[in-house]
Amino acid sequence: MIKSYKTRRMVGLGVVYAILTILSIIWVLPLVWIVMTSFSGEDAAFIDHVIPSKWTFHNYVQLFTDKAIFNYPRAFMNTLIIAIFSCIISTLSVLMVAYTFSRLRFKARKAYMNVAMILGMFPGFMTMIAIYYILKTIGLSQSIVGLIVVYSAGASLGFFISKGFFDTVPKALDEAATIDGATKNQIFWQIILPMAKPIVVYTVITSFISPWTDFIMARMLLRDAIDQYTVALVLWNMTDKEKVDQFFYRFCAGSVIVAIPITAVFLKMQKFYVEGITGGAVKG
Amino acid sequence: MNYLDYMQLSPMEKCAYKVKSFFAAIPGALAKFGTMLKNFFIGLFKGIGNFFKNYANDFKTGGISTKLSYVIMGAGCLMCGQIVKGLIFLALEVGFIAYMVGFGAPYMAKFGTLGTVTSHMEKVPGKPMPVRVAGDNSMLILLFGTLTLIIIVIFIAVYILNIKTAVKCERIVKSGSRPNTLKEDIATLLDEKFHVTLLAIPTFLVGCFTILPLIFMILIAFTNFDHDHQPPNALFTWVGFGNFGNIFVSNPQYSRTFTKILGWTFVWAVVATFSCYILGVIVALLINTKGLKGKSIFRTCFVLSVAVPQFVTLLLMAQMLSQDGVVNVFLQNAGFIKEPVKFLTDQSNPNLARITIIIVNIWIGVPYTILSTTGILLNIPEDLYESARIDGATPVVQFTKITLPYLIFVTTPQLISTFVGNINNFNVIFLLSGGGPSNVHLYKAGETDLLVTWLYKLTMENNDNNLAAAIGIIVFIISATLSLITFNNSKSAKDEGAFS
Repeated sequence: MIKSYKTRRMVGLGVVYAILTILSIIWVLPLVWIVMTSFSGEDAAFIDHVIPSKWTFHNYVQLFTDKAIFNYPRAFMNTLIIAIFSCIISTLSVLMVAYTFSRLRFKARKAYMNVAMILGMFPGFMTMIAIYYILKTIGLSQSIVGLIVVYSAGASLGFFISKGFFDTVPKALDEAATIDGATKNQIFWQIILPMAKPIVVYTVITSFISPWTDFIMARMLLRDAIDQYTVALVLWNMTDKEKVDQFFYRFCAGSVIVAIPITAVFLKMQKFYVEGITGGAVKG
Repeated sequence: MNYLDYMQLSPMEKCAYKVKSFFAAIPGALAKFGTMLKNFFIGLFKGIGNFFKNYANDFKTGGISTKLSYVIMGAGCLMCGQIVKGLIFLALEVGFIAYMVGFGAPYMAKFGTLGTVTSHMEKVPGKPMPVRVAGDNSMLILLFGTLTLIIIVIFIAVYILNIKTAVKCERIVKSGSRPNTLKEDIATLLDEKFHVTLLAIPTFLVGCFTILPLIFMILIAFTNFDHDHQPPNALFTWVGFGNFGNIFVSNPQYSRTFTKILGWTFVWAVVATFSCYILGVIVALLINTKGLKGKSIFRTCFVLSVAVPQFVTLLLMAQMLSQDGVVNVFLQNAGFIKEPVKFLTDQSNPNLARITIIIVNIWIGVPYTILSTTGILLNIPEDLYESARIDGATPVVQFTKITLPYLIFVTTPQLISTFVGNINNFNVIFLLSGGGPSNVHLYKAGETDLLVTWLYKLTMENNDNNLAAAIGIIVFIISATLSLITFNNSKSAKDEGAFS
């Protein structure tokens, strides 16, 4: 009896292993394929074997040296600049707003929060057209400065997750500091922020990743200003029907380069990310 | 129905009851939304009434410095010795008047008609040929008119603040003490009034790049700003609810397109949300199996696809599934098919494109579910399972009676926000199929277009901004209703006070 129970468990485990292995292969295969293809020296665009028969760095070299049609290095620098600046600005503003609503009490607090929630329910790019015209009148349309402004401006509405985290930092700390004569300003910078390291890391990651991977806002705002293009737009244009045959290998190489930093950061910071989404989920 | 009645229902009936009560909650949520709006307006009017009462009262009771600041802003502060503050008020008043005279007023005057003069040819004395004369630009009138309205509202707020400050200053001086110096005022901005400092810049940015564009787009939904009325060559004007009428009733092509896309949007949102959820939970459970080695390796395999930017994976998938893409090449070489399958572009069979998109979406969405549910699964108290096992429950029963109810209880808010996110899921559709395969019977839309991608096509490719804005408002109403229902039912709505 005990033996049969044991074998049954072993068989069960084996089945689970088999299913999980198959699923893992399905999920990883496209990613492996794109990495392999980026190193491939084959002639045809699409081949039926995963491992290329000729290995080469040629695609990467071409990506960075052949700037005639697609200037990938410049697009990469543009994206990096946009992501770094809007990351700094939006992290600061998200944390400031979150702290305000979590700790400070003032008359219009509830109304303010409700307005922020309702604003968040409008479909995001309903406003993009209008934003384009506004930027045009102040002379910032079709430029990366305009993109930085727009990304940072919208970010502060996403303060709810950080607010939820600040709510869990004990209030007694604030009170103790107040008794010792600290102002609200000092409490924010010297007590709450150092205590809230996980949420600071989470905010930095998300506000770096979202401009880095954004496609639609860049598409709407930059239009035909090719020298301001971000990586997402360049890669999208590479998959255009007429160009894809010529540029497919470079598209793969470019995608790998874009994905590597994000993937590395994400895998390292996974824990914070999960805390962020599930924390937000439970809190609604 | 009370709890005991509910417990006696069969699982199917329970499910039906839940669905029924969800839809039953919709009118309630709408009514609640209505009352919220009503209370808001009542509060607003009461506030305005109070303002006028105080306005008259303060003028009557106030001294000379208060009376003066009704006309010259900052006079009260200046006379009490708060020089810098007074000068700031004064500068704001001067700036506002200059703005209105030089810029705002001309636009406000045309706000009602959105311009009357079309650009036209005119004979100018001294030139032999007629010259093109620029007319009114309706778009700029609407944009700057909206901006001016917002500035007027802000100015009124500053004006009220000015009077309040003057009254307060006068009282302080009368009582014999000294009003705050500039230094002290700045110190309060870092302490008691720290919220003003922290919120100033974010509020300004949100005002410029969210609220102003939003009001502008909402107003556009009530104009005829379409491809026939493009400034600067043509004018557009107010049409009331005409666009909504067109979408729902009077224009058969619009309404046919709208109903079709709305239907597919809902089918898509339901199928995409639940397929990813259920499959994700199953995989997460498999990974959590007791005695399984290498859990973190399996988890990393799935999470890897979350970490790669979504536009990369989507563009890659679109390429793999294209007519001469790797999937077709592989299937042909293996001898399964003779002709390449048009996964995303087959016009004769649009359902193939829909199913393909849903399958790709499963590939994208399942890892997210795994990420968010793994932690929750570990949190289920082990003693629940132990007692179930002692009572002789099979694994299947344990799953349906313990795991699933617990998961659903914890993740419902997340499920609804995923649902709303899927209604607005632009990336998946746009980067995979671009809304295609095309369908000539629809107005500027393909078979797999969602409301949001249709909105995009209308504005970017066809300049039908009015239709797009009207659709945007409809999408807002749908997502706001869903979010309000969840938010009202969720714990956080009731517990917000627990922390504050």
